[in-house]
Amino acid sequence: MGRAVTSATGRFRPGDRVKVKFEDRPGHLRTPWYIRGKSGWIEKVYGDFLNPESLAFGKDGLPKKTLYLVAFNQADVWEKSAVPKDKLLVDIYDHWLEPLA
Amino acid sequence: MADSVTDADGHEHPKHELSHFAKRIYAIRELLVEKGVISEKDIQCQIEYQEARTPANGAKLVARAWTDPAFKARFIADPKAACAEMGIDATAINEFVVLENSEKVRHMVVCTLCSCYPRPILGRPPDWYKSFNYRQRSVADPRGVMREFGLELPDDVEVRVHDSTADIRYIVLPLRPAGTENWRAADLEKLVTRDSMIGVMDALPEIPQ
Repeated sequence: MGRAVTSATGRFRPGDRVKVKFEDRPGHLRTPWYIRGKSGWIEKVYGDFLNPESLAFGKDGLPKKTLYLVAFNQADVWEKSAVPKDKLLVDIYDHWLEPLA
Repeated sequence: MADSVTDADGHEHPKHELSHFAKRIYAIRELLVEKGVISEKDIQCQIEYQEARTPANGAKLVARAWTDPAFKARFIADPKAACAEMGIDATAINEFVVLENSEKVRHMVVCTLCSCYPRPILGRPPDWYKSFNYRQRSVADPRGVMREFGLELPDDVEVRVHDSTADIRYIVLPLRPAGTENWRAADLEKLVTRDSMIGVMDALPEIPQ
């Protein structure tokens, strides 16, 4: 997969285990509901982007947030059996993730 | 506009009943024109520009990638530059990422939050892409969705569903169909459907009649 990362100030590196925060608040939140609270790993660091939660309300989107491609096992996301190899990949910003040991 | 009537305030309105949101769009459009922010000509030019972008652009990129390994490497490394090279205007604020399918991996793209789609390359998404049905089932049961598009995958093939929720737009580079090794790019393009670049199906095995 392409696209060089120009800059990434975030906390995570490929392979790091992460958990998606389970937060619910008003706003232009780009983290889908079904993935909140789920655990996966950083597949790729996409770099720093303006924060859509700020942009959506006419603000400047600063400070930028690092965007990651986060991978999840299908079987870990849905409480049902799935083909073991299958993955779900979601683009998630740094502030929605917490480190997992 | 033949299908419209002009009301007492001099504004044109379509005859059929509009939804709340459509009414709001028309009202905003009329205000923008009235206040001179944009012109009717600007709107028409933009509509024509949007309509000119079609999945045929994607098919050209895919067929070239299948036949030209150096181009494929550039397409994957820098999709915007590869599009520019092919005369496709992919200048947009979003970044593009190419997901390359293989015998052992298939990718499928959805936006569960709305309808994010690589519009500058593929044009407007199909209606089903925006439906709640697809947006729910593609993430929870991708193999079931693929089956409805005629693609039955064995369990040793990994299915990777991408939920494009943020700044990245994804385009699938489908697998080149077997038996097409000697085909010209112009014929290969006919095998590359819009749906194969969303990833719900493979490229066609033969040119449709």
